[in-house]
Amino acid sequence: MGTGRRDMAVIDTLRLTAEEASGLIERGDVSSAELHRAYLDAIAERDPELHAYLTTVAEPRGDGVPIALKDVISTKGVETTAGSKILAGYIPVADSTVAARCRAAGLPLIGKTNMDEFAMGSSTENSAYGPSHNPWDPERVPGGSSGGSAAAVAGGLAPWALGSDTGGSIKQPAALCGLVGLRPTYGTVSRAGIVAFASSLDQVGPITKTVRDCARLYEIIAGRDPADSTTVELPEPVAIPQAEDLKGLKIGVPKELNEAEGIEPGVSEAVNRTIELGRQLGAEVGETTLPRSVEYGLPCYYLIAPSEASSNLARYDGVRYGLRVGNGDIRAMYERTRDEGFGDEPKRRIMLGTYALSAGYYDAYYGQAQKVRTIIRDEFDAALERFDLLVSPTSPTVAFPLGAKTDNPLAMYLSDVLAIPPNMAGLPGLSIPCGLSEGLPVGLQLIGPQFSENLLFRAGHALEQALEFDTVPERLR
Amino acid sequence: MAISRDEVLHVSRLARLALTDDEIERLGAQLNAILEAVGKVAELDLEGVEPTAHPLELVNVWAEDEPQPSLPVDEALANAPDREASFFRVPPA
Repeated sequence: MGTGRRDMAVIDTLRLTAEEASGLIERGDVSSAELHRAYLDAIAERDPELHAYLTTVAEPRGDGVPIALKDVISTKGVETTAGSKILAGYIPVADSTVAARCRAAGLPLIGKTNMDEFAMGSSTENSAYGPSHNPWDPERVPGGSSGGSAAAVAGGLAPWALGSDTGGSIKQPAALCGLVGLRPTYGTVSRAGIVAFASSLDQVGPITKTVRDCARLYEIIAGRDPADSTTVELPEPVAIPQAEDLKGLKIGVPKELNEAEGIEPGVSEAVNRTIELGRQLGAEVGETTLPRSVEYGLPCYYLIAPSEASSNLARYDGVRYGLRVGNGDIRAMYERTRDEGFGDEPKRRIMLGTYALSAGYYDAYYGQAQKVRTIIRDEFDAALERFDLLVSPTSPTVAFPLGAKTDNPLAMYLSDVLAIPPNMAGLPGLSIPCGLSEGLPVGLQLIGPQFSENLLFRAGHALEQALEFDTVPERLR
Repeated sequence: MAISRDEVLHVSRLARLALTDDEIERLGAQLNAILEAVGKVAELDLEGVEPTAHPLELVNVWAEDEPQPSLPVDEALANAPDREASFFRVPPA
């Protein structure tokens, strides 16, 4: 700077996509450090209202497009709490693989985003550090558990972000904030250094303004990692989508995912309009069925995920890191540390999982749920034999008011009733904004076979171009 | 199947959670409601269905048996609530 020839006004953080930001840097219109500064300035202005961030980083490292990371992602030297009091002050001594890949790609860290404690929740209201707010209407939740990442991108506080998705935690907040969110195929993105919740389901993925940004970020983070033995090589390189038609694609509309109880009429209307648009773009559309996956998906998830969580969260014992309470004897120390360190939702899930795994109940609950998981996988396989992709609403509702579901855990869980079934089968899901209902964004969920991300990007991009959804919240335009 | 107060206490001990009386009441009631909802999986006759533990069918993923540098002791202990020399220090059993 200093010559006054470059115009800083080009940085409209609310509108700038990561791809455009990358173009500005490449052409020398703006530096990476200037972009980073612009986002910190936007944070200073709007984050007191949105509370998207738990931590910000003042000194950027890298020469690329800055990024925000969900606080479940370990970042060397930068506090990582997973939204929990039990990890307050925890400073990782190593990067997670995804953070290392972002660093290697030159993406400077803007900060760590707010989330439901240990990624357990659908609104960020379970964060030990207070909820985030939806940029479209701050009286409403941004969704969760990656609500901070979604609020940051929708509110112009980051050009793109990473979240994590166990039972809808990327797709649902992306939907509620009018953004693109990818839950990748299980095993394509490393979980090394991600604070574990339910290991057979956890997956990191992008939250962005456009499908092309989503594909670019997925390309940076995906691929086999020797530090996570559940990862695999991608069968084909990531293709940044360009085509604007859906010719040759067969799209299935699963009846149960589109007619589930609790889907708001405005949500159905926006989704149905988009399905019709898909037909106009050349797709062949037909109805299909997932007879038991939706009815039994949520119960299946709420046995398997808490069971795995009860095991994963056993590590928080006040010994090696995190909070310690009491110094009488070791057992009392464990119990008091865990009682004071965990919030209500982790406690509920630890209790539920411990019960479901305990002697005498294992077969009836956990064992039965694992069999239901097979049924769900088989049903999706059958539907995807006939169709290339499946579509449904991402969430049954638009963003709901803060406090509306905090007293009723089961009502909160229903927010993910449509996002969970494909997750149980390890399938990728892309949520794209497809319209407004009552002035709030509606998300469309595209589901494909394992490793079909390129197809999801292609379909998502074509629909996005035709929909022309404006991702800047109306009140901020 | 309702879960009794004694069972809630038993499970909290297994999970090493010193719940307060108020939490036992509240979480106990919520657990009952959740168990009633998830217990729905018992309705299905799944005789002969194989369980799915993992979405990918990966078998025997081995790493080469090669020594790698370990985390230095001071880094491993950097976040410890209490330490002594090169050890984590804990209260007596």
